[in-house]
Amino acid sequence: MVLLNLKPFRHGHARAPFLFIIVGIIVAFAMILPLAYLGIRASEAGTDALSILVSFRTLEVFANSAVLALVVTALSAVIAVVGAFLTVRTDLPAKKFWSVVFVLPLAIPSFVGSFALIATFAPRGSVVHNLLLPLGIDVLPSIYGWPGAILALTIFTYPYVFLTTRTSLRGMDPALEEVSRSLGRGMLSTIRRVTLPHLYPSIAAGSLLVAFYVLSDFGTPALMRFDSFTRIIYVEYQLAFDRVSSAILSLLLVTLVGVILYLEHRVRSKAAYYSLGPGTKRQPTMLTLGRWKGPALVFCCTIATLGIFIPVGVLLYWFFQGIVAGEVFPDILGITLNTVYAAALATLVIVSLAVPMALLSVRFPSKSTSFIERISYLGFAMPGIVVALSLVSFGAKHLPALYQSMSMLIFAYVILFIPLSIGAIRTSLLQVSPRVEEAARSLGSNASRTLFKITMPMIKTGMLSGAALVILTIMKELPATLLLSPIEFRTLATQVWAGSENASFSYAALPALVLVAISAISVTIILSQDKVIARR
Amino acid sequence: MANNSKFAIIGAVVAAIIVVGVVAFATIPNNTVSQEPSTTDMVSQETPVLTIYSGRAETLVGPIIEQFEQETGIETQVRYGGTAELALAILEEGQNSPADIYFAQDAGALGALSKEDRLLKISPSVLSMVDSDFNSLDGEWIGITGRARVVDYNTNLVSPSELPDSIWGFLDPKWKGKIGWSPQNGSFQSFVTGLRVLEGEDRARQWLEGIMANEPVVYSGNTPIVEALGRGEIHVGFVNNYYLQRFTSPDPSYPVAHHYTKADAGSMINVAGVGIVDTTSDKALAERFIQYMLSDNAQTYFATSTFEYPLAKNAQVAGSQIPIGQIEHPKVDLNKLDDLEGTLALLKDIRAL
Repeated sequence: MVLLNLKPFRHGHARAPFLFIIVGIIVAFAMILPLAYLGIRASEAGTDALSILVSFRTLEVFANSAVLALVVTALSAVIAVVGAFLTVRTDLPAKKFWSVVFVLPLAIPSFVGSFALIATFAPRGSVVHNLLLPLGIDVLPSIYGWPGAILALTIFTYPYVFLTTRTSLRGMDPALEEVSRSLGRGMLSTIRRVTLPHLYPSIAAGSLLVAFYVLSDFGTPALMRFDSFTRIIYVEYQLAFDRVSSAILSLLLVTLVGVILYLEHRVRSKAAYYSLGPGTKRQPTMLTLGRWKGPALVFCCTIATLGIFIPVGVLLYWFFQGIVAGEVFPDILGITLNTVYAAALATLVIVSLAVPMALLSVRFPSKSTSFIERISYLGFAMPGIVVALSLVSFGAKHLPALYQSMSMLIFAYVILFIPLSIGAIRTSLLQVSPRVEEAARSLGSNASRTLFKITMPMIKTGMLSGAALVILTIMKELPATLLLSPIEFRTLATQVWAGSENASFSYAALPALVLVAISAISVTIILSQDKVIARR
Repeated sequence: MANNSKFAIIGAVVAAIIVVGVVAFATIPNNTVSQEPSTTDMVSQETPVLTIYSGRAETLVGPIIEQFEQETGIETQVRYGGTAELALAILEEGQNSPADIYFAQDAGALGALSKEDRLLKISPSVLSMVDSDFNSLDGEWIGITGRARVVDYNTNLVSPSELPDSIWGFLDPKWKGKIGWSPQNGSFQSFVTGLRVLEGEDRARQWLEGIMANEPVVYSGNTPIVEALGRGEIHVGFVNNYYLQRFTSPDPSYPVAHHYTKADAGSMINVAGVGIVDTTSDKALAERFIQYMLSDNAQTYFATSTFEYPLAKNAQVAGSQIPIGQIEHPKVDLNKLDDLEGTLALLKDIRAL
């Protein structure tokens, strides 16, 4: 039996290696679990299902969420592409610093981020209001509702697009742009006609993540008092303990996700994103910012202020308030080790699964491999509590030995976050010509050697970006961690939550600060592994 | 050579899976000890372990659970989470739930478990430790502490005789601009839900519109209202009882006090309570936990640390609060306070939100 067969590289005709197919089936099965759970619960409603959908102001709120997702995704893409360009392709000062800073808003738990923005911009009593009060400004325009939801979600999710876009930009063959320039196109025209189209797959991959995050997030809309669809789902859970109605509403959300996934797949370009020639990898031409350096730095500082400095500032304020009040902090070292241990282990598993998944979808495109790749987004697109409860139900009933064990928690993280990693690796892989792999094979390298020695080094940037996205997101994960972790297993995120539940913000401040610090260290380490631009 | 590297990749994937499995089993203590003790598992029978699902925060109940362990020698393990999420988890876990005890932040969640027949009846001798007003009718859950809605007022600006006995008194124009409230706050919203249940939709709307006409000052929560009262920014505010003690405990001269309206939504009491999950292997052990939470020691702890009302009969109230028995609270079925959607729609409709 051929376990690994990368040999036939003619697109669309190849048979995928057996092992890859197994991984694909396992991941697809994992994604079916929450879906099946929703189906079973929803079916308990019988003929009432329709009336549940109609009885709430369902459609109006549903439209709210859809429009919010659209707006936030568009804004995120703009910020991310500009940020990626500035940090990869220009002479912006302190590029490494900005690269890390642009990723970090991802590390801020949504309650902390939204709370910080509210404390800064609320109509009355906020920092900005107090500053403007002497000027006779009595009340600021309200941040609540659309403006707050759009601002907070954009600022704390654009890194999904930033990291994937940065990956493509770094992996792009400079020869493409050079040819365009040598044929007489100007710089801007080259960016518009050559570079941007080249980045589409990565922008799309990141945008999907942003859109699904917005559709499934509850914390930010709640704090910003935005009438989102998840709020209705949560109210059913929180106040009515109604698992049937919430399942039906969640299925409506899943339907929208399915439509988005299908549409994105339809418009996905079948173009080749790799160079056909042997192509040497060199340092691409750096754009000189010149008089644009000022505005570029203003842009970087604005994003960093909203996404990092304000939240961290608020956390430090709470922290020192706590110290003054003589607050006792819990065993922070043990909790930090727990967090890093679970997140690192899960990231390792997720990336090992994501590489075969990405290879399947890029190297062996077919109806079934695209289906498997598409369905892997489901867990991320559902509200966290839905995935957590589905695993509680499945685990307690069918795997009691593993229920609330570390393996169960890791499994939950895989379901929730595997698309973060697949997307980044996939866009990286699109830039690797299959002919390089063919050449290796024809020179006698076997399949797995080719994978490890040729393919994987070339998609290293994607793997690292994927790992960064995954580890940051896992460290702040809450619903699954609370319900599925081994009992008395505390993470930084659960401690931040415990403080916020109790309105004891000074208690939440230390774990939140450590969370941001650990995230910053992780991102710095991960991105520094990716030094080599000129690979050969 | 070729075979070696082929094995390498298979090995890598398999190793990843094994690492997860082994590490998980090796490092994590078996958490299902209290559940279905088998004959081979002698350890679990020697030291009983009580598994608690707590919707109450660790900062609130952690210290007293620790004291329970020390004084009774009973080992506990606690899963902290949201009250609703843990109730849903117990429902989903079905007959394999590891939980013995469910400690909830509010009565609604206990009612949801009781409705699905997931709670055991508590012995009458234990139930009688608490006034029947604060237990479930069928004896399936019991209140431990209470939270009362109150009207807090600034003692320098308002004399007690000026304060009305009914929440309807605050519609008087003399309170214009002097009221503080927090329409986006969960406890205020459940007060409005209580008002709707007690007096009907039309009356609830009429009251809210009347308050709106008095131009109330909007705050983000209970604590900011009590702060504003202390500064004299407002004269009265609608809050829960336990926020004020966070100010008067360190500073007894803090110029704010409680006022209780009579038998209307303004003096509603909600409880935090405990139920015994039907999958428990040791009901007696679970009842010892309840008895401890209602002991003088634990009730004093709650009264002085969380500033809630202790619910055990004869328990001492902290500070200057009146005993819970003297509050003329309305009789409202706490299980009926689940229509938040209706309350939100109403608050939006009158433009309070």
